[in-house]
Amino acid sequence: MTLPLISVRGVSKSYRRGGQVVPVLHDITFDVQRGDFLGLMGPSGSGKSTLLNLIAGIDKPDAGELLIDGVDITRLEETALADWRAGSVGFVFQFYNLMPVLTALENVELPLVLTSLSRQERRVHATAALGLVGLADRVAHYPSELSGGQQQRVAIARAIITDPKLIVADEPTGDLDRHSAEEVLTLLDRLNVELGKTIVMVTHDRRAADRAHAIMYLDKGELSRAGDIHERSVREARA
Amino acid sequence: MQSLKLILRNALRHKLRTGLTVLGLIVAILAFGLLQTVVDAWYAGANAAAPNRLVTRNAISLVFPMPVHYRDQIRAVPGVRGVAPFNWFGGYYQDPKNFFAQFAVDPVPFLAMYPEYRIAEDELRAFLRDRKGAVIGRKLAATYGFKIGDTVPLQGTIYPGVWSFTVRAIYDGAEAKTDTSQMLFHWTYLNETMKQRVPRRADQVGVFMVQIDEPQRSAEIGQAIDQLFRNSLAETRTETEKAFQLGFVAMTEAIVVAIRVVSFVVIFIILAVMANTMAMTARERAPEYATLKALGFGPTYVARLIFGESVAIALIGAVIGIVFTFPVAHWFGAKMGMLFPVFEVSATTVGLQVACAVGVGMVAALLPGCRAARVRIVDGLRAIG
Amino acid sequence: MKAIPFAYSVRNLWTRKLTTALTAGGMALVVFVFAAVLMLDAGLHQALVATGQYDNIVVTRRAAGNEVQSGVERAQAAVVASQPEIAVGPAGEALVSKETVVLIAQPKRGSGVPTNITVRGLGPAGRALRPQVRVASGRMFRPGSTEITVGRSIAQRFEGTELGQSLRFGARDWTVVGVFDAAGSGFDSEIWGDGEQMMQSFRRQAYSSVIARLAAPEQFELIKPRLESDPRLTVDVKRERVFYEEQSQMMSNFIRILGLTLSVIFSIGAMIGAMITMYAAVANRTGEIGALRALGFRRGSILLAFLAEALALAALGWTVGLALAALMQLVHISTLNWQSFAELAFSFALTPQIVLQSLGFAAAMGLAGGVLPALRAARLRIVDALRAA
Repeated sequence: MTLPLISVRGVSKSYRRGGQVVPVLHDITFDVQRGDFLGLMGPSGSGKSTLLNLIAGIDKPDAGELLIDGVDITRLEETALADWRAGSVGFVFQFYNLMPVLTALENVELPLVLTSLSRQERRVHATAALGLVGLADRVAHYPSELSGGQQQRVAIARAIITDPKLIVADEPTGDLDRHSAEEVLTLLDRLNVELGKTIVMVTHDRRAADRAHAIMYLDKGELSRAGDIHERSVREARA
Repeated sequence: MQSLKLILRNALRHKLRTGLTVLGLIVAILAFGLLQTVVDAWYAGANAAAPNRLVTRNAISLVFPMPVHYRDQIRAVPGVRGVAPFNWFGGYYQDPKNFFAQFAVDPVPFLAMYPEYRIAEDELRAFLRDRKGAVIGRKLAATYGFKIGDTVPLQGTIYPGVWSFTVRAIYDGAEAKTDTSQMLFHWTYLNETMKQRVPRRADQVGVFMVQIDEPQRSAEIGQAIDQLFRNSLAETRTETEKAFQLGFVAMTEAIVVAIRVVSFVVIFIILAVMANTMAMTARERAPEYATLKALGFGPTYVARLIFGESVAIALIGAVIGIVFTFPVAHWFGAKMGMLFPVFEVSATTVGLQVACAVGVGMVAALLPGCRAARVRIVDGLRAIG
Repeated sequence: MKAIPFAYSVRNLWTRKLTTALTAGGMALVVFVFAAVLMLDAGLHQALVATGQYDNIVVTRRAAGNEVQSGVERAQAAVVASQPEIAVGPAGEALVSKETVVLIAQPKRGSGVPTNITVRGLGPAGRALRPQVRVASGRMFRPGSTEITVGRSIAQRFEGTELGQSLRFGARDWTVVGVFDAAGSGFDSEIWGDGEQMMQSFRRQAYSSVIARLAAPEQFELIKPRLESDPRLTVDVKRERVFYEEQSQMMSNFIRILGLTLSVIFSIGAMIGAMITMYAAVANRTGEIGALRALGFRRGSILLAFLAEALALAALGWTVGLALAALMQLVHISTLNWQSFAELAFSFALTPQIVLQSLGFAAAMGLAGGVLPALRAARLRIVDALRAA
């Protein structure tokens, strides 16, 4: 049995809202294997985004452990956590969160600024990543000059440029039309199948959920699983 | 007054931004008020001048004296009620930095033409009896702690040597604009002493203060006086006291102009800050304005909201700034001491402060107000989300 | 700690052009006032200090504040002139000038306002003691005549001072035969003539001051105590440069204190403007801040990025403000010097030191205005920043 990439153990999280303590996640435990493509679904306020934030290392749980590739990220203090994120996680947000004042190329190379690569090397990698997502001809464009789908693809290029093992996506198709959503999901699929990236995706979109290998449902801070790898290979066989 | 409530509530929405803007306004209005008061203080001498007083000096320049016997000839000119010899002493007390105005005068005619110098009867008599006596102003007495009976030694610069005077009287000013930082002593004492020390400099007067009966005839009487001494060794030039004082101001005109200009620079600085604030605010509220218009409120209503908020913020800052101007001016005047003997915030200054604040408020809202009035409902609503 | 690319900070200024223009504009005005005040003071010093030679001395009556108030009797002047330290010229003449200095009131061109001008009656060696002075047009006055030569600034600013015209004072007419150029020093604001003629005209028995060149500058330490303790004399002996420096003190202090106080007060206004702008920038870009932190940038680099933005604003303001201030070098000021009580013309002087000082001032404004908003940006929690986007 290989070591799971993500190991969530008894994780709980609550927020303080106006003097009251609101519990969001309650004693969550599950694993994600290397190469999985996991979808997280659930109603509003179920805590799925919170869970994603914890796995991505941008928030800390109140209790429990989170092992990513053997590293318990709950033990890391802030600067170490930042460094860990830089090398291990790629982010895809619903509203792309690109820097409007930087070109597509400059946005994509941002994570590499945190490394010791030279400017030239960064540019080479960034150009390659943009080529990978099919935007080689848009390197010098600003986000305002790109469509929603194109912006999200730039964001995906940014997410993979440091070759992270894990990609977290929070409603990646939430702001896109059907055609662009299709392109983005195909891209994510390729990253998973061809490059072996592990993807954890929060989504409302049924179409997006279909692309995942397995779905987890969260409701009122607790999870239940539905569907697994099995399902996907069945679909593939049908296609 | 529904809109007034709306305006004030809007202003308080972004407390930090509004607070900072108001703070900036307070500082700017305060600085403006202070500078205008400095300019006013420059003209203090001219403002305190009386229309029935003329000043006669040597035509070459103030540096040259006139013979004392001119006094009787001037006194004889029709329309002249009194003549007082007046020499600028220019000494200092203990340290060259301790400078204040000292004059050697013929006290009886001088005090007769300066009714705004109020002296108690008994003190006046004591002064007139003591040839080494001195009359000092209330502000001067307060600055150095001089009391009646104290000896004040002065180091002379124009009239060399050390001179000792005894304080016999303290004068108060009849009005706020009267200078009470001066020291007066007997011209005869100065003259007698110079006769002994440097005889060739005796019997010389720096300036004659001339009191006339009819202020409207001042030009005529002045010319009559100058005519007396034409082609003599010491030709004279006579002018009204106000013109004389303005002459000094005119010599340092460049500085006065510079200070006036700078006082308006600060207004421009705060205008930039306010315009920035209002532009930001209007931009952020574009969806709200669009909604209001969709609901049926006209473009003028929207524009009025912005103008109202801008002027309201400006006035709040201005009021606080004006209130603080008075204590700050008081402190500044005390620090400047003898340099600005009269340092009062005038009503004109306060009026200018208010006018500038309203002006800043209106101009700052100009561009954002017009833009908001013209925003298309569709564009404004699209900005949401 | 790796920094966020500088282009991110600078380009953000370009996106909000109006806000950037207004904020930088406010700072530019403050830098302008600050630099202009320092330049005015520097110009005043240049005019006055350039007036004095290091190896000249000025002898005046003790405690007299300036030459006009001073009186040195003939006998006393003779004692001063006979001192061994005084240099000797090429023709064997002692380089000492007994001078008469008075003020005359003349109307200014344009306004016609009578203003005091320094009139200096020189001794025979007077010209030689001022090597910076050269004749610009016409010629120097002839000794023993009632001719006068006027300084460049006087010729420009006062009526009746052109070649061939005459001024009337001391019951005589004095003809203007030339204009001299004193290289921007205080002498440009003076009128020169023959000292003995003026003494007669004004019926004076005493000179105003005695100016002399020392054979060697160090000999000042010998001549000063000797003359000041001589019982026949009551004089002050000063190096010419120090003498003129003291003449500028009152005005210099006034300009400096008022100007710097104003600059500080104004800078509060500009700083508030910068703070408002930067707070808004942070508020508008919380989403970007969250994304940058998620990518792995530290709080420190967020802080630096926003501080850099504030400093870039300040730099923009500094450039414009200093450029405006540099233009002031074309402006000439003429005003009454309170110490000498006479007209003095000087200009705004831009020195490298002022360039650096104004840069520091602008940077301080930028930092002061930007630090609190930058801290707010750095202190944001990642999840809050992303949620607020």
